Amino acid sequence: MIVLLGVLVVVIGFATKRNPLLVVGVAGIVTGLLGGLSPGKVLAAFGDGFANSRAVTIFAITLPVIGLLERYGLQEQARNLISRFARLTTGRFLALYLGLRQIGAAVGLTNVFGHAQTVRPLAVPMAEGAAERRYGQLPDRTREKVRSFSASADNVGLFFGEDVFLAVGSILLITGFVNTTYGTHLEPLHLALWAIPTAVCAFTVHGWRLLRLDRQLERELLTAHAESAAVEAVK
Amino acid sequence: MIKAEWFYWLVGLSFLVMAALMVTDRSNPKRFGTGAFWGLIGAGFVYSSWVAAEQAPAEPLGAAVLLMACLAGFGFTGRGTPRTTTPEQRTASAAKLGNRLFVPALTIPVVAMICAIGAKYISLGGEPLLQEGSETILGLGIGAVVALVVGMVLLREKRVSVPVQSGRSMLEAMGWAMLLPQMLATLGAIFQVSGVGDQVGRLATFVLPEDSLYIAVVVYCVGMFLFTIIMGNAFAAFPVMTAAVGWPVLIGHFDGNPAAVLAVGMLAGFCGTLITPMAANFNIVPAALLELKDQYGPIKAQLPTAGALLVCNIVIMALFAF
Repeated sequence: MIVLLGVLVVVIGFATKRNPLLVVGVAGIVTGLLGGLSPGKVLAAFGDGFANSRAVTIFAITLPVIGLLERYGLQEQARNLISRFARLTTGRFLALYLGLRQIGAAVGLTNVFGHAQTVRPLAVPMAEGAAERRYGQLPDRTREKVRSFSASADNVGLFFGEDVFLAVGSILLITGFVNTTYGTHLEPLHLALWAIPTAVCAFTVHGWRLLRLDRQLERELLTAHAESAAVEAVK
Repeated sequence: MIKAEWFYWLVGLSFLVMAALMVTDRSNPKRFGTGAFWGLIGAGFVYSSWVAAEQAPAEPLGAAVLLMACLAGFGFTGRGTPRTTTPEQRTASAAKLGNRLFVPALTIPVVAMICAIGAKYISLGGEPLLQEGSETILGLGIGAVVALVVGMVLLREKRVSVPVQSGRSMLEAMGWAMLLPQMLATLGAIFQVSGVGDQVGRLATFVLPEDSLYIAVVVYCVGMFLFTIIMGNAFAAFPVMTAAVGWPVLIGHFDGNPAAVLAVGMLAGFCGTLITPMAANFNIVPAALLELKDQYGPIKAQLPTAGALLVCNIVIMALFAF
């Protein structure tokens, strides 16, 4: 039972926002020693672990080519691609963004979209612009909602798209962990295929919620405008 | 036959080259620490070949891993000023090249898929061309190299130093986060050797009614979900829950399809990532970036989706994995 303290170290470490690498290192040492390994064995366990989980880090080999393309405007082109859909409603635009983000992540372009690169400079202004075109000035509360949903479209798209790409960290973590720990042989490709049903569900569920956002905005903004019109009339 | 280890050497070698560039980069105030960190990873990648084959002791590598964790954890790494194009140049280049820019990027997954699926049919002198069991990983490596060639030709870029420098900048930008998945996998292995999974598993079987497959599926998925919320990272939850319930109960006892159980289990964890402030870079940082008054705005927008997808994952696993 006492080895479970290692899990506690991880929880406390992450909860107090220590550097994750240190947390993991300390948790490994504590767990190993509590589990009755000698200090030498603990070191060997770290070494074996590193050697057997190298697959997790090999996606680094794709960085030079992605970096090269970004130098030549890959992110700018991704922006051009979405800006073609500027005439859509807020909900439809965000659902489209969700789809593009998911497809991008599914082919390994996890860095092409993102909160800093596309959500703030592009998705938010376009989503807000679409609502403003219809209803005029947005109240703060509505603006917050549109922005929160823009952020969510990026997260959901990334999380449930990237696992379809076989070189992503989580897929390689699964194969690395299982193949070394249990001595089996799992192929990244099979895991990636099993990520597809959830990816479809994620697009359906979140896409539907984004489309419904249009109706919510309509209701909220019409009442807000009716109220302000009433105030104007009283004046 | 092309062996997986060759590819690991290529990755290790490129880390070493990039580490050498980092040390000579005077714009980085922590250039020696940064160079040492990536140099150790690179050297570790190469040395690991003999550790994995049990021809070299693992202890020195373990010491190096802890040294890497300390270098990054105590703030000895940093980043230099990337040498890149200006935003104007990039806009002009994007306008000129258009969607052709996506071609090299798409080459990587296409080649990787072809290798993973087709490699079994290609052989050279009776031996398979790609090492058996490593087709996907080798496909990724081959895909990256092919994509680089395609990219250089398409962009008419003659200097090999350009992609190397770009890759180095991206490594520096990702920093220690690059090593975290590998460290977590290592931690999972240590948990396993020390019997953590067995203990959690004992607790779980104590709670679990015998021979109830569906309850076991729910325990695994909800366990991944909750552990991820606590730790802020599905990668940290995965080894513990898999050693406790996923492997011994769902795969061992109920004879589940390992690929389906584990892939869907990980995705159940991702549902937790959507709603935890611990996953700050996805949920709290965007709130700040978008100047939201409510820092939990994105989490609130994601909460119903996360709940629905957790249910979807449970259903998918229960229906298709057994």
